[in-house]
Amino acid sequence: MSLEPPLCPAAIRLTGIDKRFGAVHANRAIDLTVQSGSIHGLLGENGAGKSTLMKILFGMIHADAGMIEIDGAPVTFRSSAEALGAGIGMVQQHFSLIGAFSVTENLIMGRATGSLAMRMVRRLDLPRAARRAQELSDCFGFGIDPFARVSTLSVGARQKVEILKALWGGARTLVLDEPTAALSPPEAEELYALLDRLRAEGTTIVLISHKMPEIMRLCDRVTVLRDGAVVGEAELSGKDLARPAVRQLIEAHLVQMMIGRGNPELPQRAPKEGPLILDVRGLTDGVQFGPLDLKVHGSEIVAVVGVEGNGQSELVDLLMGLRKATDGLIAIDGHNVIDWSTQRRLDAGIAHIAEDRHATGVADGMSLIDNASIGFVDGKPFSTGPWFLSLRQRRLLTETLIERHQVRPPAADIPMASLSGGNQQKLVVGRELARAPRLLIAAQPTRGLDVGSTSAVHRALLDLRAGGSAILLPSLDLAEVFAIADRLVVLRKGQIVGRMTAAQFEIDQIGRWMSGSQGDPAPGPPCPDAPKQMDTAL
Amino acid sequence: MSSKRPALPRRGTARLDPIIAEALDARNTTPLTLGAFAALTRDRARTLGARALVFVLTLGASMLCALPFLLLSGADLGVTARAFFIGSLGSQFALAETLVQMIPLLIAGLAVAFSFHGGLFNIGVEGQLIFGGLVAGVIGAKLDVSPALLTFLCLSGGIAGGAFAALIPALLKAYRGVHEVVTTIMINFVAVYVALYAVSPKGPFVSASQPSATDKIPRDARLSVIWEGTRLHSGLIVAVAAMIGVWWLLYRTPLGFRIRLMGANPGAALASGVSVARMTNSTLLISGGLGGLAGAVQVLGVYGRFFDAFSAGYGYDAIAVALLAALSPIAMIVSAFFFAMLDSGAVQMQAVAGISREMVGVVSGLVVAFVAIQPAIVHLSGRIQRGNRPPEADPSSTQSLPLASGENR
Amino acid sequence: MSEFITLSLFASTLHLSVPVILPMLGGLLCERSGVVNIGLEGMMLSGAFGAVVFSYLTGNPWLGLGGAVLSGLISGGMLAIMSVLLRGDQVISSTAINLIGAGLTAALVPIIWGIDGTTPSVPKIPTLPLPLLPQLPVIGPLLGELSMIDVLAFALVFIVWWVLMRTDVGLRLRACGESAAAADAAGIAVTRVRIAAVILSGVLAALGGAYLSIVTLDLFQASMTQGRGFLALAAMVFGKWRVGPAFLVCLGFGLADAVALRAQIFTDELPHDLLFALPYLLALVALATFVGRASGPADVGKPFRRA
Repeated sequence: MSLEPPLCPAAIRLTGIDKRFGAVHANRAIDLTVQSGSIHGLLGENGAGKSTLMKILFGMIHADAGMIEIDGAPVTFRSSAEALGAGIGMVQQHFSLIGAFSVTENLIMGRATGSLAMRMVRRLDLPRAARRAQELSDCFGFGIDPFARVSTLSVGARQKVEILKALWGGARTLVLDEPTAALSPPEAEELYALLDRLRAEGTTIVLISHKMPEIMRLCDRVTVLRDGAVVGEAELSGKDLARPAVRQLIEAHLVQMMIGRGNPELPQRAPKEGPLILDVRGLTDGVQFGPLDLKVHGSEIVAVVGVEGNGQSELVDLLMGLRKATDGLIAIDGHNVIDWSTQRRLDAGIAHIAEDRHATGVADGMSLIDNASIGFVDGKPFSTGPWFLSLRQRRLLTETLIERHQVRPPAADIPMASLSGGNQQKLVVGRELARAPRLLIAAQPTRGLDVGSTSAVHRALLDLRAGGSAILLPSLDLAEVFAIADRLVVLRKGQIVGRMTAAQFEIDQIGRWMSGSQGDPAPGPPCPDAPKQMDTAL
Repeated sequence: MSSKRPALPRRGTARLDPIIAEALDARNTTPLTLGAFAALTRDRARTLGARALVFVLTLGASMLCALPFLLLSGADLGVTARAFFIGSLGSQFALAETLVQMIPLLIAGLAVAFSFHGGLFNIGVEGQLIFGGLVAGVIGAKLDVSPALLTFLCLSGGIAGGAFAALIPALLKAYRGVHEVVTTIMINFVAVYVALYAVSPKGPFVSASQPSATDKIPRDARLSVIWEGTRLHSGLIVAVAAMIGVWWLLYRTPLGFRIRLMGANPGAALASGVSVARMTNSTLLISGGLGGLAGAVQVLGVYGRFFDAFSAGYGYDAIAVALLAALSPIAMIVSAFFFAMLDSGAVQMQAVAGISREMVGVVSGLVVAFVAIQPAIVHLSGRIQRGNRPPEADPSSTQSLPLASGENR
Repeated sequence: MSEFITLSLFASTLHLSVPVILPMLGGLLCERSGVVNIGLEGMMLSGAFGAVVFSYLTGNPWLGLGGAVLSGLISGGMLAIMSVLLRGDQVISSTAINLIGAGLTAALVPIIWGIDGTTPSVPKIPTLPLPLLPQLPVIGPLLGELSMIDVLAFALVFIVWWVLMRTDVGLRLRACGESAAAADAAGIAVTRVRIAAVILSGVLAALGGAYLSIVTLDLFQASMTQGRGFLALAAMVFGKWRVGPAFLVCLGFGLADAVALRAQIFTDELPHDLLFALPYLLALVALATFVGRASGPADVGKPFRRA
């Protein structure tokens, strides 16, 4: 049931693409055919090999084996420039825009042709390029100001600039890598409309995603990848597909193919009620965050959800003392810690699994021993004053953590960088749990981890909860939130716009809160938070 | 319910999960088995062997690259090599001179390495050394106290002088984000001119009898000669003590851990409660203090007075000393000794083979160059061994230096 | 005081700022492309030396300039290999350039001339007066103090600004410095651009050195650049990596130098040695009174490797 007559050559045909990164077999003999003028979905979980495949298509990495055909002609791209030349445009997951440049400068950079001497002498005609950009933008309804500096644009607008950039280069085929990952639902909807319009104009689109609704909404055909191999394909544009029952059946089947198993069993958790541990009132940084009230009790996992950049990092930084609060209070077990240094807060029982492990969680160049001892260098048994820090005790700690959390390889002296991401994270989680935290802030603790490490981290968090600690879980992964959280709060523009308990979890409502399509950051629905304890001494 | 408020941990005790604490205790009481000990020793020997290999290869490559210039000067290689070894090791006197040269190189090398461990490029050790020497020389010449106290005051003053020279770069880095490379270099030039002025004919500290120098420090207050008949002075003890002290500070104290953590990842340091601004100040001030100590020891041990050109560029060669030792304080005694051999051998080589002393600077530069490209070389050789396949682990893991450089932190 | 502030003070300000301006332009190009270059001092020294050697060997000072360009190509090429191709640490690589530049030039003087320290005189670039311009009113006499070489140096400021800020090549270069990954995705050959920028910085710094050795003077002396390569770096930082402001800062350094020189001639009261520290102190004060934090191109200092 192809959209095109079968004789017409496919826009893209990949045959037998194979790629290894060391021990990881990222792509296993992948075949993929994309009909021109269609939206083709590439569905798979994180690490399934989607991005690698598309980077190979775009000439950014080179396949170990396999063939690429564009419009029926075999090609080999040695660089992304050659792929661009062949009419393929790619919109990366991480934007490849330059914040310090204007939209127009981003569009024209690297495009000019002609001799080096000419390009060194001739003035770039920015006004003319901007006019052209405006025309292109108007034609497809982008609504982008070509003179705006990219760093001032919203994430959604930058996504559009990326697409504009690809079209500017004459791309007839667009590859979009998780384009809605950082967008709010209305922004995503705008993007879908734009993609529909592009398809109508004849552009071929490959959409990398792991979001089912998106795939179902947009794609004509979908290919499912798992563990680097194609595990299935499905047609989504036939007449039968109009029937909801059929759609649901196909959707369930696709999910099954994508994850290769049924929905994971959730460990049964008895609701417990612990004492109030974290009590935040009127917290604000005086800029874009807050004022915000939040309570977390013992034996409770409270998830903080919201579109990225709506105050999650600010909340964590304010709680950790890494950002200055201008007003409000933060009480841990009744101690107001608002004026305390990060060090003192850690001592008071706050632990923190950092959102970006490489930026703030670990030191890649240091050994496991040094990484395990971050935050453990004051006080017995590790140090006996400012002039002695015991290596032996730190080594024992490291070995204990390695054993308890099954960190592989089990060697304490090797540099952190020689561990896989999952094992690094296991050590970090072990380190933070070893502080016997009253409150653990676990910011996206499983981002980028494989299935095994993810469940190990979740188990550790649930154990901590069982032990009576409070856990705050800022997460972008709603599946994770549904799996382990007792409650959730939704952040938008630095304020809590909705609260739910596990029994009430409902994705549509959360989506409306996240997107702000339900009123302004106002009281929100009846607050199931903080029932009775108000006797905390402050 | 909230009446059960858990107490904050006792002062002086780390906040630690009791289960982990018990596990630690259990491991603590388990004696180290012979097998485990053997394995540990084997690991250490292997690391040590690898480091020694890197050391020798870096040095060998640098010398090889310097060779064409030796040949250019028309020197006979055999004669040159002989002159070099005779000049640096050939007699008691030569050996003592080499050790004398080693003292400032070792201390200044420690100064450079200390800042590098904190991820900071203190290129201003030369200036700190000059300030330290000047302060020590002035105190020694002007103060009238007992010799032992004077020695102590001179050394402390030298440290303070060096730290003072590092103060402005430290504050600018910590609070304004100005890259320390630019500021420490500026201080080098300021130090040179301030020193010239201090002992210029109209300068405040110039000796009446000797132009461009301060008055002599009383003989009893100088660092005593510890090898009869040579110039080798007790500054050697100060240098070795500084070396052990720096090692201890970096690897066996909480402060050192924080500094190394900041060097490896400032973000992680900040998140774990380390004040990066304060650590930046501490690191640069300690580093500057060491630089100042190098100058003071040189003034007190060798010349007995400060004069304007008393440093033979030790602060610059110290960069090579520190990098050749891969920033290890203990290995630095080897690299400092090697550069000291170059310095003392150069005198003989100049006399016998007509080779300029400046070749030492060339070798320093080449050593620094080879250290800079070390990660690439390790990466490449690893690739060749693996049959040109891409590496499995991040190649940056091969880089041993804590230099998350470049960014203005 | 009136005899102190004269036309020749302004003229010497211009003369003294040229050997800071040229390496500043080089450093700026280099850092805007994403490579930290604290090796300008070593590059200047090798340029000053190369110029003197070629002028000495050929007897033609113009070929001396060619020698400076050649040594700039070599020192810039070395830094490019170390810091761009082999992705070595950029600060350490350029420190090596400084040490090698200072050591090698000093070591080669006795090998070539048989004497230590300072070379004998070599043919210097003749002062070519400007045609016509000195007849202009008011600024005419000032222009009369300048030679063609000075004018060419100042023209380079405009040329670098034009290429960097107004042309496609400049946009590519700046893109590499702001985000190498983004530039790569746009099909820009990041490695090639950076290598070119580093080599060009070597040539510009070397010309700055040659200005000292065969335009201002007619000899080479060990460490004759006196930290001007580092002043250039400070000017670039204080000018926030922009050509115009950095150029003005260089003029400020030139003025400080000129004042120190004239003070030496006119008065015995002031401590000359301290006056010579003036440009460096000025640089420190400038950096201390910086408005806002100093931040360069976003990707400067980060070696580029394709993911």
